[in-house]
Amino acid sequence: MFAFILRRLLQSVMVMLAVALISFFMFRFVGDPVNSMLPENASTEDRLKLRVQLGLDDPVATQFWNFVSGTVQGEFGISYRNKRPVNDLIAERLPATIELVFVAALFALAVGVPTGVYSALHRRGIASNLLQVLSLIGISVPTFVTGILLILVFSVWLNWLPSFGRGDVVKIGWWTTGFMTISGIKSLILPAAMLGLFQVTLIMRLVRSEMLEILRSDFIRFARARGLTDRAVHFGHAFRNTLMPVITIVGLQLGSMFAFAIITETVFQWPGMGLLFIQAVNFADIPVMSAYLILVAFVFVLINMIVDLLYFVVDPRLSANGERT
Amino acid sequence: MKILSKIGIALVVVCLGSTMATGKTLRMSDSTDIAAMDPHSMTESNTIGFLHHVYEPLVRYNDQLKVEPALAASWEVVDPLRWRFHLREGVTFHNGNPFTADDVVASIMRAIDPASPVKSNLPAVTVAEKVDDLTVDLVLNGTDPILLNYLTNIYILDKEWMTEHDALAPADVRKGKENYAVANSNGTGPFMLESRQPDAKTILTVNPGWWDTPKHNLTRIEFSPIGSDATRVAALLSGELDFVFPAPLQDIDRINRADGVSVITGPELRTIMLGLNYSDQLHSSNVKDKNPLTDVRVRRALSLAINMDLIQEKVMRGMSRNAGILVAPPVPGYDAELDTRAPSDLDGAKKLLAEAGYPDGFEVGFDCPNDRYVNDEEICQAVTAMWARLGVKAQLTAQTKSKHFEKSLAGGSDIFMLGWATLPMLDTYSVLSALLHTPNDRMGAWNPGKYSNPEIDRLTEAAAGELDSEKRTAMMTEALAIAKDDVAMIPLHQQPLVWAIRDGVSMKVTPDNKPRLWYVNIAD
Repeated sequence: MFAFILRRLLQSVMVMLAVALISFFMFRFVGDPVNSMLPENASTEDRLKLRVQLGLDDPVATQFWNFVSGTVQGEFGISYRNKRPVNDLIAERLPATIELVFVAALFALAVGVPTGVYSALHRRGIASNLLQVLSLIGISVPTFVTGILLILVFSVWLNWLPSFGRGDVVKIGWWTTGFMTISGIKSLILPAAMLGLFQVTLIMRLVRSEMLEILRSDFIRFARARGLTDRAVHFGHAFRNTLMPVITIVGLQLGSMFAFAIITETVFQWPGMGLLFIQAVNFADIPVMSAYLILVAFVFVLINMIVDLLYFVVDPRLSANGERT
Repeated sequence: MKILSKIGIALVVVCLGSTMATGKTLRMSDSTDIAAMDPHSMTESNTIGFLHHVYEPLVRYNDQLKVEPALAASWEVVDPLRWRFHLREGVTFHNGNPFTADDVVASIMRAIDPASPVKSNLPAVTVAEKVDDLTVDLVLNGTDPILLNYLTNIYILDKEWMTEHDALAPADVRKGKENYAVANSNGTGPFMLESRQPDAKTILTVNPGWWDTPKHNLTRIEFSPIGSDATRVAALLSGELDFVFPAPLQDIDRINRADGVSVITGPELRTIMLGLNYSDQLHSSNVKDKNPLTDVRVRRALSLAINMDLIQEKVMRGMSRNAGILVAPPVPGYDAELDTRAPSDLDGAKKLLAEAGYPDGFEVGFDCPNDRYVNDEEICQAVTAMWARLGVKAQLTAQTKSKHFEKSLAGGSDIFMLGWATLPMLDTYSVLSALLHTPNDRMGAWNPGKYSNPEIDRLTEAAAGELDSEKRTAMMTEALAIAKDDVAMIPLHQQPLVWAIRDGVSMKVTPDNKPRLWYVNIAD
């Protein structure tokens, strides 16, 4: 197991380096930050001077070296637009995104798993067929359309929930939370629903098909032959074996929810990292963009590691000969 | 985000009983957040416009965009290189500190510091000198007839407060450390900063000790930026906001149909135009041995082939104002007689093109932003189609603004779209010095096509040193006339400003797109 973790760590470092390299080269195509930093009436001389001072005229190799060595030290510099340390900006926005992803994931699991199990067990029932149709809609409608629809219905027509922002937040140390106020919780509902909806349908369909597959397998037949109750067969044997692929997918989806919160955050003006990133792209704010990309890569790597470790917990076979897989 | 807003528009077809603003709070939204609270950290006009509520300049624009005294009660020109400002008595900062000459000197020096991002907004001033407690001299490196216009953008901070918090030097990304003034403020303006969460909410409360007699009745301003057009409009319709700007052009009808909210519009200062490449050879053309655009007949033909009436009606939904010259009516130097556009004339244009030796037209590159101006990409598509009828095959590249300006400013475009509001100067000199003057170290920074006309250069330099405002305006108008005759650039239109307000809020659109909330009243 130790060797396994070590190997994983090594791979993770390689992935992070690759991301650093790719994002570094991406920045050469986002436009010239100097144009947005200086007023329109700045002279050509001022523009050149700023470009030199920002190191944009250095050889590519030097720029990459500065970028990587800064990244390794966790030093991303000062935002070109907000004039504040990038680390502060990220720390300020991180809680908003994490709370949003957390609630959305919880919502996806709480709804997706039970409905998936239900529709597998009652495959021919009307309710489970209806669920299948609904889930098709959920998977095929683009998320921003869902977001706008939610705003239309719950904010504009019914006037129940706010259409933008995070409501009032409470500060606990450097962390800000929306869980402690009514307006904070109300503000969470629509964005979390938008971000989680696709995941609900995905998890539901996945759980259903895995469960159906397993219910057809030999060991379930043997279990039934032993005279076990339906309950024990379904939940003790079938469901437990369904979990493996579900954990993998949920883990990966958690990473992508973190990354694709960009769209939800833009629609709902959710002051998280996705919004910060979109603005950085518009402004060619390179320090913020690079920090965001590195952080997202790190989250993906971290989640993948946790998922791998969870396998050991769920599947006893892995810990027996895990060293060789 | 474009698709997003369009779908939003299709979906949100509603009206809703209005909830009146609570008390005298104005809840407003812009499409982007202000960059920082530090008035010397960024020259974006939305940041400068919003900070005017907290900080004030020596002189300011009133709601008619005329310069009026603010922190300076009066001024005189001691000699052309030394302007004397007499400061207003009895003004205090939000923390109670008195406003004196020391604050003005420290603030001006901070703004023109070599590391200051706003120093090009005050190009002529070399030093600010204290004469006595309420008198300051600004020393210039050359005559500057529009010094006051520049000063409207330079806000005054409290020296004592800056010293206390080590903020006497401007915010500088290169230093790698945050400036205290970036997140905190202490101004003299009509409103005070209560709290600020970037991208979420910035709250201002009324300053009871403001030196001026308030023309507004607001007690509180809650500013929440919303980037998505559809959400911003939805939040207005659902009663969560009282004032949004900008409102998307295509949503005007819907907002006006809804109860309790309406749209207010006006022409913007910004003139949208097409810049041309004057080098020996074009980048993407089939004409290799010369540059067709250097022939004035070709430029005239291109201009004639554009049917601005059609664009105004179809693309801009009747909201834009077609332009014949490079500046808008409120800008000094504007001349209504010049501001006429010959009606589009395809046959005439074809004839001109044939005379110039291109009876079958030619190919040319055409660059446009797709997220900078109102319907920018759509305008360019329309122009491309109109030129196609002339035989000119324009290869249109529409891309995001940072890419667009990177390419066009580096001289990589044959024809490119550009908008020019003349801010912060609010003067034709801005167009002459930045867009039309032959590029050199100080001028022509936005003339990547390298247009060069000795007559315009001469008039520009003469206007720079002319203190007699009548003579100076005449020179600038003359230069505009030459540029028009020579088709130096092709002016298109002034784009519309569209704001939306809740009933009971009384305000007007100002052409520089900066809401001045100290003129705003909310009905009971």
